[in-house]
Amino acid sequence: MKVPISWLKDFVNLDGISIEELAHALTMAGLEVEEIEYVGLPMPTGRQITKLSGIAWDREKIVVGEIREVLPHSNADRLVLCRLFDGQKEHTVLTGAPNLFEFKGRGELKKPLKVAYAKEGAEIYDGHQPGFQKTTLKRAKIRGVESYSMVCSEKELGISEEHEGILFLGADAKAGMLLADYMGDAVFNIAITPNIARDANIYGVAREVAALTGRKLKAMPVKVKANGPTIKGKVKIEIQEPELNPRFVLGLIKDIEIKPSPDWVQRRLRLAGMRPINNIVDATNYAMLELGEPLHAFDYDVLVERAGGKAPTIITRLTKKGEKLTTLDGIERKLDEFTVLVCDTAGSLSIAGVMGGAETEVTEKTRNVLLEGAAWNFINIRKTLSAQRFSSEAAYRFSRGVHPAMAPRGIRRSLDLMRQWSGGVVNQGLVDKYPRPEKPSVVEIGPEDARRWLGVELSAREMAAILRRSEFQVQTKGKKLMVTSPDYRLDIGEGVVGKADLMEEIARIYGYEKIAATRLRDEIPPQQSNHTLEIEERIRDLLARMGLQEIITYRLTTGEQEAQRLPVGIAPDDKPYVRLLNPISQDRVVLRKSLLASVLEIVERNASLRERIAVFELGPIFHASEAGPLPDELQRLVLAISGPRGMSNWDGAETTPFDFYDIKGMVTNLLNGLGLWDLHYEVGEHPSFHPGKCSKVMHGEQQLGVFGELHPQVQTQYDLGSHPVEAASVNLDLLYEFVPERFDSEPVPAYPPVLEDLAVVVNEGTPAGQVEMLIRQTGGKLLTGLSLFDVYRGEQIGVGKKSLAYQLTYQHPERTLTDEEVAKLRERIVKRLEQELGAQLRS
Amino acid sequence: MLESLEKIKREALEALDSVQDEAALEGWRTTFLGRSSTLMLSLKQLGSLSAQERPKAGQAANEVKQALEAALEGRKAALSQQRLQQSLGAERLDVTLPGRTIPLGRLHPITQTMRRINAIFAEMGFQVYRSRDVETDEYNFQLLNIPRHHPARDMQDTFYIDDGTKESSVLLRTQTSPGQIHAMREFAAQDPKNPPPVRIILPGMCYRYEQVTARSEIQFTQVEGLAVGEYITFGDLKGTLTDFAQRFFNADVRTRFRASHFPFTEPSAEMDVECFVCHGAGCSVCKHTGWLEILGSGMVHPTVLRNGGYDPGRHSGFAFGMGPERLTMLRYRIEDIRYFWRNDLRFLEQF
Repeated sequence: MKVPISWLKDFVNLDGISIEELAHALTMAGLEVEEIEYVGLPMPTGRQITKLSGIAWDREKIVVGEIREVLPHSNADRLVLCRLFDGQKEHTVLTGAPNLFEFKGRGELKKPLKVAYAKEGAEIYDGHQPGFQKTTLKRAKIRGVESYSMVCSEKELGISEEHEGILFLGADAKAGMLLADYMGDAVFNIAITPNIARDANIYGVAREVAALTGRKLKAMPVKVKANGPTIKGKVKIEIQEPELNPRFVLGLIKDIEIKPSPDWVQRRLRLAGMRPINNIVDATNYAMLELGEPLHAFDYDVLVERAGGKAPTIITRLTKKGEKLTTLDGIERKLDEFTVLVCDTAGSLSIAGVMGGAETEVTEKTRNVLLEGAAWNFINIRKTLSAQRFSSEAAYRFSRGVHPAMAPRGIRRSLDLMRQWSGGVVNQGLVDKYPRPEKPSVVEIGPEDARRWLGVELSAREMAAILRRSEFQVQTKGKKLMVTSPDYRLDIGEGVVGKADLMEEIARIYGYEKIAATRLRDEIPPQQSNHTLEIEERIRDLLARMGLQEIITYRLTTGEQEAQRLPVGIAPDDKPYVRLLNPISQDRVVLRKSLLASVLEIVERNASLRERIAVFELGPIFHASEAGPLPDELQRLVLAISGPRGMSNWDGAETTPFDFYDIKGMVTNLLNGLGLWDLHYEVGEHPSFHPGKCSKVMHGEQQLGVFGELHPQVQTQYDLGSHPVEAASVNLDLLYEFVPERFDSEPVPAYPPVLEDLAVVVNEGTPAGQVEMLIRQTGGKLLTGLSLFDVYRGEQIGVGKKSLAYQLTYQHPERTLTDEEVAKLRERIVKRLEQELGAQLRS
Repeated sequence: MLESLEKIKREALEALDSVQDEAALEGWRTTFLGRSSTLMLSLKQLGSLSAQERPKAGQAANEVKQALEAALEGRKAALSQQRLQQSLGAERLDVTLPGRTIPLGRLHPITQTMRRINAIFAEMGFQVYRSRDVETDEYNFQLLNIPRHHPARDMQDTFYIDDGTKESSVLLRTQTSPGQIHAMREFAAQDPKNPPPVRIILPGMCYRYEQVTARSEIQFTQVEGLAVGEYITFGDLKGTLTDFAQRFFNADVRTRFRASHFPFTEPSAEMDVECFVCHGAGCSVCKHTGWLEILGSGMVHPTVLRNGGYDPGRHSGFAFGMGPERLTMLRYRIEDIRYFWRNDLRFLEQF
């Protein structure tokens, strides 16, 4: 909300407080000043309170000038020359301002025109450029006349976009006065949070300033000079839904003349962000900006006509099925059944609290105005706004809640402004229906509440003084305070909620800064470990140690994007996606079902930039649940590696690319690192992987994960470069169940081991895993180590054969093994391999 | 005899001076200390001397022998030192050639920030509590004192899940706060009449219906904290969060608390820390204000306490929430929030 400082000063004296100090005080108290827009006043240098914008009028170079005569320009019809006095001497100033033309050639003006005069070298905004661009006045010759200074438009001074003519100042402006002193201003842009909706108006902010600074707040301007007859009998009100429309008030002003508002009013409205329309509409807006009560002006004569010449009856009711209304903006609107309408006996007039109808609006011809001020249920207003996709200053306020007590106040203020600006006569009294009076909340608090909630020692008297600054009525009963909220606040609840509301008020006014920081002294709760988080963090560390980079990807994607992880023709599973009702972009419409797809997207993104990629992600996938509306969130881990194993170096050391056995090694390392040793690997099947290069890792009967080389078709569906991508997917939910909390360590053997090599020739089709399993089984406890160090194929051993060479470690925990014992064991192993696999010992 | 020993010694030492390599040294040894060397022969002849002369001559001969052996060792050491020096010179490397590095695995910067936050709060007794990404409207909003159509909902544009209804009640959480209710209810269930104190932090991914720009993302992480007990004050909130800021940023960073509004806390406050780049003087990082907005916080609203199974007449607590992305961006001067989920390795490998 925009708050011009000059307007605030109508209600609270700001002498001795700088603009920046004021902005700081409001910000600290929860009225965050997001920006200060300077309109002429000097801008601070150095450290800023908040975002600053606008222009400071040159104190020496922009002054009040007095145009004494307007003369024609000999060479140009569209230019005039002004004889202008700047307080010291006269100047000739060239201008094309159309609003000076009527004074052309009238000789010495009886009432000199007071204007803003910019001298040579002054910094102003360029009136001819779009937006606000600063420029400096330079001496120039225009059509044979020397020009070095100018009379300014509002735009050139940064007051508004107005550049049609120059700005005229009031008669009280004295020539030579610095313009910044006469009318310099600054506008606060304040963020109004829902709890301070009452402050969405100038008077509300002034009230906060008074409370925060301890200054006196001037009375709310609600007096109206009503010289007309009584309003009684001129209009009636009928409220059908008091819950949605707790109060409805009408006032009447007659014999008005529609014309533009006074200049200062128009300027104020513009500074506050509203466009001036005419004196009547401006008076409703001005009163709304000032007091916070949105108002609506009807053409009273149109209403009378619609009522067949009788006194109209204003009816508020819910929309009937299929009912439509053409609003002020000319749009015919379909309305929902929860929307409240303001109607008369002939039909609907406006959408309550939101927007007026076209038929009864104030026009050039309007002479008599019926003014509406009402209170509406703010939740219902919000529903209507979101259904109509509409916003306005009035809707902004009603949708945050305006106290019903504000309705007659707003009307009185606005009627009096109309009277002043339009020459009309206000009818005495108001027609006021208030079927659901808002009860003020009364809350009992005491010093123990401040102690318990805030940690501050305040006496009952101190608390009462703080609350009274915020206009609460406080009765003290010993150490208890009975606190009644003022009749413009809707935010103070009952009971313990009301206590919290008052604690907020006390803390805000007392000052958050003054509350001492303390350390928790409350009891520490029972401590529990987060088992899954701990395992996750171990997994991250293990993978990083293996040289993998962690990534975190979007959990929102599309079905098409995810389908890329499967070869063409392979349908994804038929489980439905968890789908967004209101996606914001085409590429984020469902929650992912595949973490592999997310990771491959990132591999693809990086593949064009580098050869070596080794990444992992740990995160959820989402499966629609049959059990209820919330999907299953399943934790997965995906690893993906591609390209050279190591870093290339200047000495030409070879870095061969990652292959299947690298990803397998990483899976093994990871699981071993988590304390899982009892694993076995089986041939795996997964549509994303090469059918011959895919394996699953098993723990007992449970499949912990699957890994392999990406299916060549999948590889080409992504732009992954020439190196195959090796990937693994691990089911973390399952893994969590098997990771042991602890394990028994083994003693370091005190006796030397016996090391021996063993090479066997087997058929190509015999899996190495089977050979290894037989060796281990046969070797039993004495065989403590087994590692495959060579696989050989070649003529020497014949076609269709392979040689597997192992190093075996024999070890007895309590003594040195003899050669005989080792020989026996070896013989048993060889025999077993011969018998079961037809293996031959290779000499 | 004595004279000849002296001569042997002189000759030997002279010869040693010209020895330049190990072979020559070995030759010298054979010549002057070998079995058939004059010295050794002289030693053998000692027996032929009279008993009177023998001790003296013996001692002299031994002294010569020891002197020559010592000279030999000295020469040997000198030669080996010389040879070492030569080979050291020859083995000189170009130390400016790059070293061989191994690919270093790293954690995502957000994980790193999360870990720092978790660790600091862990030491203050806050434990990690996690809950789901997809939530009900009830948990994400209603139980947190944000009814449907409440103005506070404007602050959090929400992704709803298509549940087949027009006004869906399933959504992507806009904040980690629904975890507050889950946690409080879980703890309160342990002893409903006398619920235990709560001290947790809730990290997790959140989502908002927002255009993706350099400043805003549709998906972001959040860490919330919640402390509930029988005597927890706004002063404690200030102290705890200041302690956090001083550990996360630096030991003497100043904090300030501004009044603000969140529907689930009252009073509410935003915490700013003094800009750690300019130390409050004003710079582009802090937009010349000297302060950086870090987190939102407040005393848990009585309605939220009640919804969690705690009696607001007896219990109080504070809650806070912060964005690891923002903290990471400030700490490393990252200009664009989109870097985080874009996962360009050239970005990630900097951390």
